[in-house]
Amino acid sequence: MHAMHPLRITVNGQEHRADIDPRRSLLDFARDSLNLTGPKKGCDHGQCGACTMIVNGRRINSCLSLAVSHEGDEVTTIEGLAEGSDLSALQRAFVEHDAFQCGFCTPGQICSATALLDELKEGLPSVVSSPDKLAEMDEEIRERMSGNLCRCGAYNNIVAAISSVAGDKS
Amino acid sequence: MNEMTNKIIGTPLDRVDGPAKVTGQATYTADYRPTGKTAEGFIVEAAAAPGKIRKIDTQAAEASDGVIAVLTHHNAPKQNPYGTPEEAGRFTQSHAMLESDHVRHVGDPVALVIAETLEQARHAAKLVRVEVETSEGTFDQFAADVEIAKPDSLDGADEVDTSTGDFEKEFAASDVTVEASYFTGAQHSAAMEPHATVAEWDGDELTVHMAIQIVAPGLKAFANTLGIEADKVRILSPFVGGGFGSKLGVHNDAILAALGAKVTGRPVRVVQTRRNVFSNAPHRSKHRQDLKIGADASGKLKAISHDSLAAMARNYPFAEAPASPTRASYFAPAIKTTHRVVEADIPRVDSMRAPGEAIGTLTFETAIDEIAEQCGIDPVEFRLQNDADRDPNSGAPLADRRLSECIREGAKKFGWDGRVTPGRRREGNKLIGRGMASAIRPNFLVPAEAEVVLSANGQLRVRLDMTDIGTGTYTILTQVAAETLAIPVDQITVELGDSHFPASSGSGGSFGAASCGSAVFDACGKLSKLLQQRLSGKGIAANAISVEGDRVRAGGNDYALADLVDDGALTVKGAVDPSEFDHGEEEYSYGALFSEVEVDVDSGEIRVRRLLGAFDAGRILNEKTARSQLMGGMIFGIGGALLEESTMDTRYGSFMNRDFAEYHIAVNRDVPELEVHMLEGFSEKSNPLGSKGIGELGICGTGPAIANAIYEATGCRVRKFPIHMEDLLQHLPQG
Ligand code: FES
Ligand code: FES
Repeated sequence: MHAMHPLRITVNGQEHRADIDPRRSLLDFARDSLNLTGPKKGCDHGQCGACTMIVNGRRINSCLSLAVSHEGDEVTTIEGLAEGSDLSALQRAFVEHDAFQCGFCTPGQICSATALLDELKEGLPSVVSSPDKLAEMDEEIRERMSGNLCRCGAYNNIVAAISSVAGDKS
Repeated sequence: MNEMTNKIIGTPLDRVDGPAKVTGQATYTADYRPTGKTAEGFIVEAAAAPGKIRKIDTQAAEASDGVIAVLTHHNAPKQNPYGTPEEAGRFTQSHAMLESDHVRHVGDPVALVIAETLEQARHAAKLVRVEVETSEGTFDQFAADVEIAKPDSLDGADEVDTSTGDFEKEFAASDVTVEASYFTGAQHSAAMEPHATVAEWDGDELTVHMAIQIVAPGLKAFANTLGIEADKVRILSPFVGGGFGSKLGVHNDAILAALGAKVTGRPVRVVQTRRNVFSNAPHRSKHRQDLKIGADASGKLKAISHDSLAAMARNYPFAEAPASPTRASYFAPAIKTTHRVVEADIPRVDSMRAPGEAIGTLTFETAIDEIAEQCGIDPVEFRLQNDADRDPNSGAPLADRRLSECIREGAKKFGWDGRVTPGRRREGNKLIGRGMASAIRPNFLVPAEAEVVLSANGQLRVRLDMTDIGTGTYTILTQVAAETLAIPVDQITVELGDSHFPASSGSGGSFGAASCGSAVFDACGKLSKLLQQRLSGKGIAANAISVEGDRVRAGGNDYALADLVDDGALTVKGAVDPSEFDHGEEEYSYGALFSEVEVDVDSGEIRVRRLLGAFDAGRILNEKTARSQLMGGMIFGIGGALLEESTMDTRYGSFMNRDFAEYHIAVNRDVPELEVHMLEGFSEKSNPLGSKGIGELGICGTGPAIANAIYEATGCRVRKFPIHMEDLLQHLPQG
């Protein structure tokens, strides 16, 4: 038997203790150990963003990260963003702006966008920012969401959805 | 009808499945959790082909932790031979897997490792040792010594070859000619959801949750493969994470999962890895397309020929029709088209979004741009003056021909100001170019049935085996039902993707919304009539009724539904019969695309700055989801023009870029703000709803509009797609 490793992790506010296969990715841990199937596997190689989760406030590709490396971490998946049946502002905006079609990339897009709003608030620069200030909002969003592929091509609507919420916040 | 539900078709209703999709609650195939403990299957692919398996050693894999079984051709359950019965066609014939020692192509499954967990299965798959004795294969249809054949049929087109008029004569008599060979690369649909299946047997009954676009033929594919009756199979596919043609039928994971579940007696899940998708799911062949176009000095087209050469996967009959748009876009006295294929030992070639038109308009519309320029005529004007008033190929009348309207509308909205000499529009070190192209795509209507169930409490369930692959089916059918029965949206539940429901068109060929919408329209219309009859049976005059809550409104009063339905519910079936719309006129959806690009004068980097489409797809069923479909299509068009190519190592027949790092689809920042204009219309000849296909229309014309803009920016006509910066480098102005 492969030696199992103990893990203590908080997912969507709930603490879990588990003995897990050290080869298990954070994505597969959520999907297969916790039955949180919102996060999606589009590539398993950090190339599509469908598996994006928020770990200790930062967005990561959960397929690229072994679950055992998240001892004590706080993880938020798409399942953790709504309060009961109250959708988050971004979730509402995604529906309103039709920011998806098949919806497969959507959990990743929304987790990514949720963390992105905080990055913008903190003024963290991206490759399109100039040294002293951020670029125009839509340009920043387009750049910062380019790690989340959408084969259905909902990109314009994704930008519109995020910027509608970012606009409200600023 | 009451105010609320009257005219809801066409409105931008938010997707009814939206909340499920934004909260992670929409369950795609791999998310399905059976009651029994699921085992995980992992595919072992052949590393070399074609050939015979000389030796396959599974001992180490079988001894590995958690492994339940390793299936190979030695121990796989017996199946009917691959490709039988031959006359059944590719969607229903046997898709046998692991049936013999024969290896068809690189990536062909040679084993399925089944283990308790994915980690265990994946690890053990690496321990399987396979030796393949290869024989000589054909991997490149452009090679010198290949056998070129005429396919028996073409996808989505009636004739393989066509000829009207005397091409040689008209071409020879032309004042201006263009003659060129174009190359379009192989492509993968690469839906974000990899192909996936969870299979479970209960005695001799098989249930498969799977990602599939068209459900009903899938039942027959399982039956023909496994030698069982189709009614012993149930397919469930409530959410599909994109298809784009790659999930039309049953694919390898599905058969493997069914075999695995049979052998282990457990539910088995097989999810293709992203690498698998590039060899175990179908792709679009690379094509060579030879075009010759002749016109007179005034810019009237005289002669067009379009010859296409593609690969066909051996024993998998499918050929795409790139010359389809050439047969239908413009009038010329002589038009000649041919399609040829070379059987090759490569993964399956099959439909990818807008088969034919996606790559056909790409080449044909660039050639049209070139001849317009040589005639000294603006490309907009050139297209308008060559518009057809009857089908250029068959001579049949054209239903609702609106190509010119799209071109005029697009030109106006874009602010088309005519062509300039290449390189003239320059901003600093950016060369700016503008281009345009026409879009055309045949419109289809296929048989579909639907069932509606109205309960005494006023809840309406709409059921059919249709799928929603992102196309908005749940939402559109809700709107059709709401308007037809005059019932509020929140009293409707649309249930899809279950083979126990009436058989529909499925999703493909942009025919889903029209076909299924018409079936639901029929069912709801009949239901409404039935309610009226029952009311009049009680002496209540009811010419127009509506449903609100658990009451039916008629003539200013309302009545309890409970008194009108039998046993708590009324069930009515509806259907659409395409033969009723067979009027001998050719039907197409139309569009015109306009783009502006910038090319970096030093690096040749190409960026799309503007992309605008004006489209005629008849009546729009949902303004919001239709716009999204068109935008998604336009982005596929950007991919085809600039990004997407599956590159094969033609020495060995293996695709080399089998992931998203190497197979480039457009990302958010590759896409400018898209402008979409939908012409108002109602195509009464198409179907009862007056709609036409929209899901593939946006791709058509987008690529050539970009290529033509690149020409205006740089003066360089690139005749291979995708166009890359290195194709332009030598042609850029110095300094
Ligand atoms: S699944 Fe993690 S990035 Fe694609
Ligand atoms: S909505 Fe289908 S991949 Fe983004």
